[in-house]
Amino acid sequence: MSLLEIEKLSLDIGGIPILRGVDLTIDQGQIMGLVGESGSGKSMTALTVMRLLPIGANASGRVAFDGIDILGAPEEAMCRLRGDDIGMVFQEPMTALNPVKTIGEQVAEGIRWHTGANRADAEARARAMLDRVGLPEAKFPLSRYPHELSGGQRQRVVIAIACALKPKLLVADEPTTALDVVLQKQILELLRGLVDEDRMGLLLISHDLAVVADMSDRVTVMRRGEVMEEGETARTLSEQVHPYTRQLAQASMHVPKRRPPSPARAKALDASPPEGVEERRTAATQGPLPRPLQGERWPAKRDGEEEERMPLLEVSSVIKDYPGRRSSLFRKQPPFRAVDDVSFSLQPGQSVALVGRSGCGKSTLARMILALDRPTGGDISLLGQSLAGRSETELRPSRRNMQVVFQDPYGSFDPRHKVERLVGEPLHLLEKQPGAKERREMIAATLAEVGLSPSDMDKYPHEFSGGQRQRISIARAVITRPKLIVADEPVSALDVSIRAQILDLFADLNQKLGVAYIFITHDLTVARAITDDVMVMHEGRIVERGRTGEILDHPQSDAAKALVAAAPDLHRAIARRLEMQG
Amino acid sequence: MSDTFDRDMPARLGDFVRAALANRSFVVGLAITLAIALMALVSFAWTPYDVADLVVSDRMKPPSGAHWFGTDHFGRDILSMIMVGSRNSIAVALVAVGIGMGIGVPLGCWAAARGGWLDEAIMRLNDIVFAFPALLSAIMITAIFGPGAVNAIIAIGIFNIPVFARVSRAGALALWPREFILAARASGKGATLITVEHIFPNIANLLLVQGTIQFALGVLAEAGLSYLGLGAQPPMPSWGRMLFDAQTRMVVAPYMAIFPGLAIVVTVLGLNLLGDGLSDVLDPKLRRRR
Repeated sequence: MSLLEIEKLSLDIGGIPILRGVDLTIDQGQIMGLVGESGSGKSMTALTVMRLLPIGANASGRVAFDGIDILGAPEEAMCRLRGDDIGMVFQEPMTALNPVKTIGEQVAEGIRWHTGANRADAEARARAMLDRVGLPEAKFPLSRYPHELSGGQRQRVVIAIACALKPKLLVADEPTTALDVVLQKQILELLRGLVDEDRMGLLLISHDLAVVADMSDRVTVMRRGEVMEEGETARTLSEQVHPYTRQLAQASMHVPKRRPPSPARAKALDASPPEGVEERRTAATQGPLPRPLQGERWPAKRDGEEEERMPLLEVSSVIKDYPGRRSSLFRKQPPFRAVDDVSFSLQPGQSVALVGRSGCGKSTLARMILALDRPTGGDISLLGQSLAGRSETELRPSRRNMQVVFQDPYGSFDPRHKVERLVGEPLHLLEKQPGAKERREMIAATLAEVGLSPSDMDKYPHEFSGGQRQRISIARAVITRPKLIVADEPVSALDVSIRAQILDLFADLNQKLGVAYIFITHDLTVARAITDDVMVMHEGRIVERGRTGEILDHPQSDAAKALVAAAPDLHRAIARRLEMQG
Repeated sequence: MSDTFDRDMPARLGDFVRAALANRSFVVGLAITLAIALMALVSFAWTPYDVADLVVSDRMKPPSGAHWFGTDHFGRDILSMIMVGSRNSIAVALVAVGIGMGIGVPLGCWAAARGGWLDEAIMRLNDIVFAFPALLSAIMITAIFGPGAVNAIIAIGIFNIPVFARVSRAGALALWPREFILAARASGKGATLITVEHIFPNIANLLLVQGTIQFALGVLAEAGLSYLGLGAQPPMPSWGRMLFDAQTRMVVAPYMAIFPGLAIVVTVLGLNLLGDGLSDVLDPKLRRRR
């Protein structure tokens, strides 16, 4: 008998069908990968196993865990199961822990509740468990609070809580999606270690095929609440018999079609002005511009030779310090240096990736480039205009030339504004304010450009999916025809298939509008897909830079090597799996 | 702009009304509040008796067909006095909330937008005002500037300022690091414009709810001040004053205390229910769950 058997599970919430006839089995010591796009019902399947479904949910079918009928079991029986025989790891380590309790209390809590152990025993077991997940006593005493830990460390605590009682089944819902690749690798290894040692069953939910290929023995592919395909991982993912599986696999390795880099781009990091000019001219003349936008911005023929010679962006010896925490009334800890002496320059139309682990200072650098934050030292100039120490009014011409796309397609919009107003927000920067009609035309043209319909103008952001919102976000960024777009993890919150479309859009706009990008990412596949050059950041410094392909294939610095080694790769994972099977 | 606004309003308003009508405390609170407001409005045109009529022969009559709520020690009709008194309570509380919002919200938003020493200065000043028991300081203010409805309004209003400043600052602080605000900043919008366009509409819910609760507290404070003789002056009837007059006659004419007391309780209860219901109805997270 299998550990977990789900048969013909159907689920509806308030009459809306969510799951349709899902079948899934997990044996002891087996890792089952559950993949699919968001909204495919992966998380709902997991919550059904825990019976933590939202109010109004109605499940039918059969879910048997270790011979117990989950759907029919009384609530008390479920309370005994949860946290004891079934553990769960959530996606967001920042919110899965109670901020006012120490990590020791939180791990011990479940042990005391389920085993009735006294405080001392429970804490001893909690200690042992935290040691096991890689949080040794010397550095991480039980008395630590969650806010004193980093994201990866918190996720270890969450895993410790879930595994404290040696559950027979662990449900991990996107356990590494919120973490950078290096942490992801560590956490996945930890999970695998726990599975091997304790013969746990693991239901690993992920939208990342590479992660699932690397980790799981069997894989279940879901779409719109139905199981598309189920099978042994290596075979399923290498043969790709089911069209949807193939579609997912292709999307996750998608590389947008781009123009081969011209010599100007090849030399871009060495900053060779005349070729840069050439490059920009071609970019400017390529592709028709939407009518109402012409004249106002992009064609920069009249800009004057002087400006043309200049790099688009020049960052020189930029430093950012954050004041240290006050350790006593009269003493402060030394300031924390988030960005340490960073210099680089960017040519018009060039696309650069800024990669590094979370907390390496890449977002801080981006905020300074966007003049949302002031550097402590050094200078940043856009088209020869220094940004440091300028007032908001003086910054306006520069702001017109740079825009931003954020990671979170949900938080990037004021929920109370309509798309028209959201996309039109940067029009505020234009010297000559367009009239109401012209404004609507410009917004409609821009929406069309990013693949949305002009009729979307009158909708509110909550009416769009994540990928569509990211398109709106891009529309907002390109409406003033900026010369530079800073994109902070623009696709890491998206599903693989949506991600591929958005990457295509970025590549397309780069060619049509000649806009330069700074892509901030920890995902090397994204960097490889869309950028010419890459800069690797580590602890506030740029430790390596060069052509994207070269660096990703032959990293020199330790930081770059760690990133490359940790990056999940579908081909490699499948190859390794096939090799293991002989 | 205006045409799109109008076109979409019914849909959103419809959502709101549907959610509101499903919320029991909102419906009950709204009904009570509207009834009180209606009573105040009617009193301008009609009351059962003129509150200036002193009919000494009818003094301290228990409730009867002629005088539903009885009469007071001067023979005035208590129902009429409650009706006219509600005008005073509503006016004082409304203007006091207006003062508190009008000054407190900009202060709070300003503090949140600027941060640093300005934030410290504004909020510490607020703390100082907050540190005084509101009613006690209101007594002090009216004692210095003389009793009367206007001074009561100002006194209560001043103590509403820090409440609104804190609520709006907290709401604004939570919004400032959000990405859509960053995007607005990247669009070159200054702090004032962002506050008006983005911050304010997003904290309006909070302010509406807080306003309703402060309104209830204002009614209470006005009653307290009038009770002490520092609010509206006779012959203008007010609920607090009526309670004071009833105090010494509790044993012989309990109805003189019961009805104004009930008026205060019902009004405050209604407003609190309304505020409670509003916060549920307006909170999108709670609404989505339904």
